[in-house]
Amino acid sequence: MAHSAWPEWIYVGVVIALMCWVGAEAWEAERLVEHYPEDAHVIKVTGQQWFWTFEHEDGTKEIGELHVETGKAYKFEVTSKDVNHSFNIHDYVVLMDAIPGRVNHVWFAPDKAGEHDIQCREYCGLIHYNMRGKLIVEDPSS
Amino acid sequence: MVLELQKPRPIWQIMFSTHHTDVGLLYLIMSLGFLFLGGALALAIRAELFLPGSQIIGDAMTFNRMFTVHGTTLIFLFIIPFASAVGNYFVPIMVRYKDMAYPKLNAIAFWLIPPAGALIWLGFADFTWYATPPYSIISAPGPAADMWIFGLKILGISSILGSINFVVTIMRCKHPDMSLGQVPLLAWSFLTSSLIILVAMPTFAAALLMLLTDRLGVSGFFNPAMGGDPIAYAHLFWFTFHPEVYVLVIPAIGMMYEIIPRFSRKPIHSYQSGITAFVLLSIVGFSSWAHHMYATGMSFTEKTVFMVGTLAAVPASALHVFNFVATMWNSRIRFSTPMMWAIGGIALFFSAGAGGVANAAMPLDFTTHDTYWVVGHFHLFVMGTIAFGSIGYLYYMYPYVTGRMYNETMGKVHFVMSFIGTVMVFFTQHVLGLYGMPRRIYDYPPIPEWITMNQIASIGAMIIGVSMAIFLANMIYSAGKGKPANIEDPFGVGGRYYYPFEAKNPHH
Repeated sequence: MAHSAWPEWIYVGVVIALMCWVGAEAWEAERLVEHYPEDAHVIKVTGQQWFWTFEHEDGTKEIGELHVETGKAYKFEVTSKDVNHSFNIHDYVVLMDAIPGRVNHVWFAPDKAGEHDIQCREYCGLIHYNMRGKLIVEDPSS
Repeated sequence: MVLELQKPRPIWQIMFSTHHTDVGLLYLIMSLGFLFLGGALALAIRAELFLPGSQIIGDAMTFNRMFTVHGTTLIFLFIIPFASAVGNYFVPIMVRYKDMAYPKLNAIAFWLIPPAGALIWLGFADFTWYATPPYSIISAPGPAADMWIFGLKILGISSILGSINFVVTIMRCKHPDMSLGQVPLLAWSFLTSSLIILVAMPTFAAALLMLLTDRLGVSGFFNPAMGGDPIAYAHLFWFTFHPEVYVLVIPAIGMMYEIIPRFSRKPIHSYQSGITAFVLLSIVGFSSWAHHMYATGMSFTEKTVFMVGTLAAVPASALHVFNFVATMWNSRIRFSTPMMWAIGGIALFFSAGAGGVANAAMPLDFTTHDTYWVVGHFHLFVMGTIAFGSIGYLYYMYPYVTGRMYNETMGKVHFVMSFIGTVMVFFTQHVLGLYGMPRRIYDYPPIPEWITMNQIASIGAMIIGVSMAIFLANMIYSAGKGKPANIEDPFGVGGRYYYPFEAKNPHH
């Protein structure tokens, strides 16, 4: 049966154009997200079965809880002591795998005081479901 | 066509047969058995997640083992063997050959699967279907983990043997009067998916061997404590298993290419674009594997390359959707059960694909990665597209296999309930993922949104469960007591189009 091919070509063209648009937007957004601020405070994040340890620049350590202040940028250096984990503060779209033998980077800048959940998002064994922590954002002026 | 079940035959005659329809029947029955086993695990998982706290599964380890075996079973012991069943029945007939090219190899490929399934089920490993190192090396309890590795090794050999057989049957044994450009699209789908397996599978076979020796402590390929790198495993695994996604989905699309023109009573809109899309998918399927690994600390450039590679698969998939819709356009559709499954499958294929575009976009992936969004996304493929296409095709081939008709009303009820259930479970899981619930967790904190959405998903899963019970009753009852089918035209669509079923290969 003869049929005209042009609707198919237009359709494929539209799909390709849409994909180009999605790709370009994603590229631009990711480029901005991956631009680390130079004055960011470094926090070393270590995952192990089944809790998180945080080490601030001044050497203070916290387990399971992380205290940060509004108006500052923080750069996490994420690694693991045993198996793969994934460091996640969902409310701030912070997600980076903690892999033994590697140090991965991710940054964020909290803007409002409050409490947020920290969780592990990569399967890491028995208590993976409860490898949770708290992010406490404080307002230094108050 | 086959009417295997019309006259009683001793079971050993089917078991030791190398005839393609007998081997197809074995594949069919075994894959459906594993569908129900894997599905039962899914129901248990959903029941557990209905509320925070422990519900029916006593401890986290059992839960972890259950979702591992659930995934492994439904991918390797249901979807792939089911496709092999359809391929065994139809590919030789469609290329007009008396059997598969290597009948004995065909039987061996089948008989490797039951022991592999037994290893996986008796071991009941807990390290997810991805067997992620270093967890799988230093932390996962044996012998379950080792049994899983051996099981997968055997399944890999089986699928390589099966693929060689399909490729040779189609390329070398097709009727001399038939050019490759005349081979039906269902057979084309087996040709392309088999070629993908032949290119992709050896990589994972190597990775599995390395994983095993790492577990035994004699090597340290993926063990950082011995200087290895777990990310290397991730690359090897996804180099096989992203293309494997297309291995799963392409035969299901091929099955829809049989169903949709038949019940639209119209030839397929464009045979050429179907072939083009199959070939394109099987090539670009190899350019996207590391989109599973954005969060492992990949550089911006790497992520960009794999995002482009992933988005490149979208136009090819979209060609299939266009082809189906254009075929149904302005046609006299007969909404029999197989057609309803195929149309539902296309709708969910489109939804799954749209979600996939969001995953591929780098910044969005960091929101969705390893959350329930991903679970919802790939289940829309494996359940919504592949299982829907497969079950539709099972209803379609039912009269030709048994000589009897299934109960049409029960078939439609099965479809409607499964469709509603699938939307309830997997669309909800997308939203649940946006609220941040990680996948693979046994228990969750009592966050009100999480509870509500988990409950919607669990109820949806129970609806699917009930519909599958109806399906099982229909299949078993109708095989013995159903109305005898009119083999010339069992669905009453008119016989103007090519039916491969007129052919029957004699047993040997």
